[in-house]
Amino acid sequence: MSNTASPRLDAEAITTKERGQWEMVARRFFRHRAAVISLVIFVLIVLFAYLGPFVWKWDYKIHSEIPSWAAPSLDHPFGTDKAGRDMLGAMMQATKQSLNVSLVVAIGSTVIGALYGAVAGFYRGWVDSLMMRFLDIMFVIPFLVITGAIAGAIDSSVRWYHMAFILAIFGWTSIARAVRAEVLSLREKEFIEAARSAGGSDWHIIVKHLIPNTMSVIIVSVTLQIAFAILSETTLSFLGLGIQSPDTSLGLLIEAAGASAFNEHWYLFYIPGLMIILIALTINFIGDGLRDAMDPRQTMVRR
Amino acid sequence: MVVFIIRRTLLMIPVLLGATILCFVLVDVVNDPVQDMVFEIQQSTGEPVPQSTVDALEESLYYDRSIPERYWIWLTGMGDTNGDIGLLKGEWGPSIEGSAMDIGYEISTRFWITLRLVLFATLASIGIAILSGVVSAVKQYSRTDYTLTFLGFLFLAMPVFWLGSLFKEGAVQLNKILGSTVFQTYGSGSTGFQGNGWEVFVDSLPYLIVPTLVLMLGGYAAISRYQRASMLEVMNSDYVRLARAKGVRNRTVMRRHALRTALIPVATFAPLALSGAMGGAMVTESIFGWRGLGVYSLDAIRAGDTFVVMAYVLISGLVVLIGVLISDILYGVLDPRIRYE
Repeated sequence: MSNTASPRLDAEAITTKERGQWEMVARRFFRHRAAVISLVIFVLIVLFAYLGPFVWKWDYKIHSEIPSWAAPSLDHPFGTDKAGRDMLGAMMQATKQSLNVSLVVAIGSTVIGALYGAVAGFYRGWVDSLMMRFLDIMFVIPFLVITGAIAGAIDSSVRWYHMAFILAIFGWTSIARAVRAEVLSLREKEFIEAARSAGGSDWHIIVKHLIPNTMSVIIVSVTLQIAFAILSETTLSFLGLGIQSPDTSLGLLIEAAGASAFNEHWYLFYIPGLMIILIALTINFIGDGLRDAMDPRQTMVRR
Repeated sequence: MVVFIIRRTLLMIPVLLGATILCFVLVDVVNDPVQDMVFEIQQSTGEPVPQSTVDALEESLYYDRSIPERYWIWLTGMGDTNGDIGLLKGEWGPSIEGSAMDIGYEISTRFWITLRLVLFATLASIGIAILSGVVSAVKQYSRTDYTLTFLGFLFLAMPVFWLGSLFKEGAVQLNKILGSTVFQTYGSGSTGFQGNGWEVFVDSLPYLIVPTLVLMLGGYAAISRYQRASMLEVMNSDYVRLARAKGVRNRTVMRRHALRTALIPVATFAPLALSGAMGGAMVTESIFGWRGLGVYSLDAIRAGDTFVVMAYVLISGLVVLIGVLISDILYGVLDPRIRYE
């Protein structure tokens, strides 16, 4: 029996390869041209910020041998500022600090938000309505005012991790809402019922079953959170309520450039600004590509 | 409808109370204005500050009490006060600038300046978002769609303070080239201008153009993405196809049948745009040198002036909540399936 069946099976064998979920996601993602280009640029920016200082000869500090207000040249590709700082070195440090803040905020606020949203959606009832009222309260509080007030009170010793902490504990509300909405429908599914009948505790179900199944929402919001964090951090630094000199940040560099957008020191204004735009733009495109890639209804065909 | 509005207004009160309590505790814990002032006096006189001065400062700012007590008298003004505190009595509390600075007076003069900017910017950004979203959806996958989508992403990624500085300098350059002052780039109105409400408004228009443009571009992109998505969904629905099949003109289908339904999800984002613009106002006001609420609160944050920060939190929260209420009412107007009883 088996001898006769095997040649027929070979002929009819399925020729397509089996693909896992993440493989499918990766394949869909890499078909999104804007997202892939953005990912490459973003990786280059990260390398620039974290590896650049090891390669480039100047750091972000003021040196007496650096000429004041030199236009961009081979010695100083991004020029120098009034005090005698090499702007390429300063840009590396500023980008690094801004990225530090935004990456930590993205992870921190996502952890808080995902847990909060999952707990609220899982328990429903009065727990949910209490937790949602708290979200309403957080929505009413002006974000820049409260983060600025706390960061401004740390006086002149604000470091990037202070900023990251402050932004993370106030920036998680949108993720909580998104995860809660997802959990509300997930909790009625059979596999949750199965987990519960097998004796799984609430915490086990939330952490092991609900949150992994909201991963697509979470990953997309991590990326969008990076963009949100970098814009908030630079805004606060610009207003003087964030990272303080002698350390530097993209917001501080723009603040220091002041009104030089149209005079001979234009490079002091545009380069840090373009860096912020580039980071936020590429992150948004990556998030968009991930959202499309993780949508199970997505059919690879353009509708 | 009236019952609905009243009930929603009453529900705002606990949310606002919660927000003020949270803010009050946070701002109060991190700041110690008395210590800062004592330090300043010590710096200027070079002598240790006598305990009686410290006590007087603490007493005038109500820092001789615990945080809950201070919150309570800030809210109600009941108990042993100097008559300058208590929201329910119409007093905003003492500023650390001393009795010369009356918070209530500052707020009443600055409120309209900020509201003017925020309302104009929000309305403009919702308007342009609807326009660009609808055009994008109607011409899906055309060059126009891609351009508008990219512009949306670009403005979403652009920090308001950078855009503000750029536009301000750009307007200055343009004024130089044109040899005129079409765009005013500093202040919110001509200095010392007097007149009735309408004259003040007309006088402020040249000052309003550039900041409004900045706030509008900073806020429209997110809404326009949602407008595009919801318009696309509606355009593929059966009743729009039916309307077409009946032979209704294309314009009428778009306006009457598609757009009206597609506006519903966008109504959710109006309050978000409002709260974004309230935050952005802080930045634009400080760039364009407006003497509005945003700058006032920014200065207060820098100085650790708790009662001024709290006043801003309260007003901004109230504006946002009213925005939420209006968007809920709009829901009912736009979607006949929703009824408020």
